[in-house]
Amino acid sequence: MVIEVQGLSKTYRIADKEPGLLGTFNHFFNRKTYDLKAVNEVSFVIKQGEIVGFLGANGAGKTTTLKMLCGLIYPSAGFISVAGYLPQRRQVPFLKQITLVMGQKQQLIWDLPPLDSLMVNAAVYGIREPEARNRITELADMLEIGEELTRPVRKLSLGQRMKAELLAALLHRPTVLFLDEPTLGLDVNAQAKVRSFLAEYNRRTGATILLTSHYMTDITTLCSRVLLIHQGQLFHDGGLDALTERLSPYRQVRLELNKLASKSDFLGYGKLESLNGRSVCLLVERKNLTSIVSRLLSNFDIFDFEVTDPPIDELIGSLFQKGTL
Amino acid sequence: MCGATQLWELEMGRYLTTMRLFWSNAFGVLLEYQFNFLIEFFAMLASLIGSIFILSLFFVEGQSLGGWSWEAALVVQGFYTLLDGVTNTWLRPNLGAIVNYVREGTLDFVLLKPIDSQFWVSVRTLAPTGIPEIALGIVLILWAASKAGAEFSFGVLFVTSMMLLVSCIILYSLWFLIAATTIWFVKTWNATEVLRALLAAGRFPVVAYPPILRIIFTVLLPIAFLTTVPAEVILGQSATYTLLLGWLLALIAFFLSRIFWNFALSFYTSASS
Repeated sequence: MVIEVQGLSKTYRIADKEPGLLGTFNHFFNRKTYDLKAVNEVSFVIKQGEIVGFLGANGAGKTTTLKMLCGLIYPSAGFISVAGYLPQRRQVPFLKQITLVMGQKQQLIWDLPPLDSLMVNAAVYGIREPEARNRITELADMLEIGEELTRPVRKLSLGQRMKAELLAALLHRPTVLFLDEPTLGLDVNAQAKVRSFLAEYNRRTGATILLTSHYMTDITTLCSRVLLIHQGQLFHDGGLDALTERLSPYRQVRLELNKLASKSDFLGYGKLESLNGRSVCLLVERKNLTSIVSRLLSNFDIFDFEVTDPPIDELIGSLFQKGTL
Repeated sequence: MCGATQLWELEMGRYLTTMRLFWSNAFGVLLEYQFNFLIEFFAMLASLIGSIFILSLFFVEGQSLGGWSWEAALVVQGFYTLLDGVTNTWLRPNLGAIVNYVREGTLDFVLLKPIDSQFWVSVRTLAPTGIPEIALGIVLILWAASKAGAEFSFGVLFVTSMMLLVSCIILYSLWFLIAATTIWFVKTWNATEVLRALLAAGRFPVVAYPPILRIIFTVLLPIAFLTTVPAEVILGQSATYTLLLGWLLALIAFFLSRIFWNFALSFYTSASS
């Protein structure tokens, strides 16, 4: 196992302050605090070479968990092992094996071309200059980035900048990648390029990737497995299909009829979601799917039909909104 | 044994290359904005003129200061000017930026690098603003010391350089200790300004102050070791035990700064995304 997490918890002490001058005085002389469990008893393992999606609403505990896995934050309780090391010790061999990319923060020097920052990183990781240049060329080819490396970072587009950030984060050939919203704010094309790069990097190097993203396409394209964290607790660990099944016991059955039909015709066939002329959409319980589809086929004059899962992002979105199943 | 030496040399090489690249990048950033470079250049000139003006106040009358001749006191002023230049060139740009690393959460990137984080935040950049002050300080020290009758043997110059190193280490450690509290309090600009104001006391020989302040400046805040002691060394007035005490204090201050930084980092919660 590359990553092993057992009973991981993180509690933050939060100060509670009433508004106004009186509140300020009370806050100064008699500070009231409460404990907030950002991560609560989370356990999972990740094998080498896996790309795992890490899902959760804002404040669910994703970033806190990622930072504990990197060794940036000390856990309040529980055990973590990454590549055989205890992350919070931040030992040099551990740091040489991991990387963290944060979509909303940058390590490149704003006023200089990315190449200058890359050479600093090479020196820090003890990579000699000729070797560093080879690696930069290789990664730049994969990322389809070239002359941008000699242009000041501030003159680059967001997409180009993220590619350069990825290059800086991967120069030391890490085997464990922690990616916190690496496609944040990028346009559709740039997102697709980052995704295909990550898939290629994983294929070539066998690196393990733990990825958070609010864009479901990132997850559906890259990850065969997802961890869903909700209110600090691990809600799901498994395939996307299994998650969909858990979040929605229904499947969508879309029909295109040859003749017009009315609402009453569909009583006893599940929940009618929409009826527009000849187009019908039904929500059918998974356990009854086969029998209902065969009844529909024999009782209606059907031109076309399709059985799909409800969109995963809608399902997860409604989970986040409701706060519970 | 040979392996350990080789490893040490490799590590030293890694740190030195990193520092060289840090400073060449700092120079690159400085030259990136031509107009800003001009402004920086004029700021440098203005700062030099300011320092010379303050010095000129000393030239009014050749009085003695706490038993120190006017020329000898001027050597102290020279060390102060030099250290002020070191502060503006090295300490302020680096240690002042720790606040930003913590506030913006970019300290994360530093902590994830296989390099000493205190080294990184301490030598990340250089600002040229203080260089003329450093030059002015050196000129003033040599000129005033020769007027005061000092003899510049190799030994004296060597020991003076060592004591200057001691004062730089003490100054750095004090500044760093305050800057490290940023991990808890985030904003500590005011605290470093208070420290700077206190260090201004180093303009004059410690004997010029009342006895209570003299003790405070020697024991509690080792300001005496920043300017007065190096001046005594170059003037040939220092006792060996003072030099040893200076080194001891510098080492203690430096190790305290390291221990405190690591202690502070265990409280680092990183900025929220």
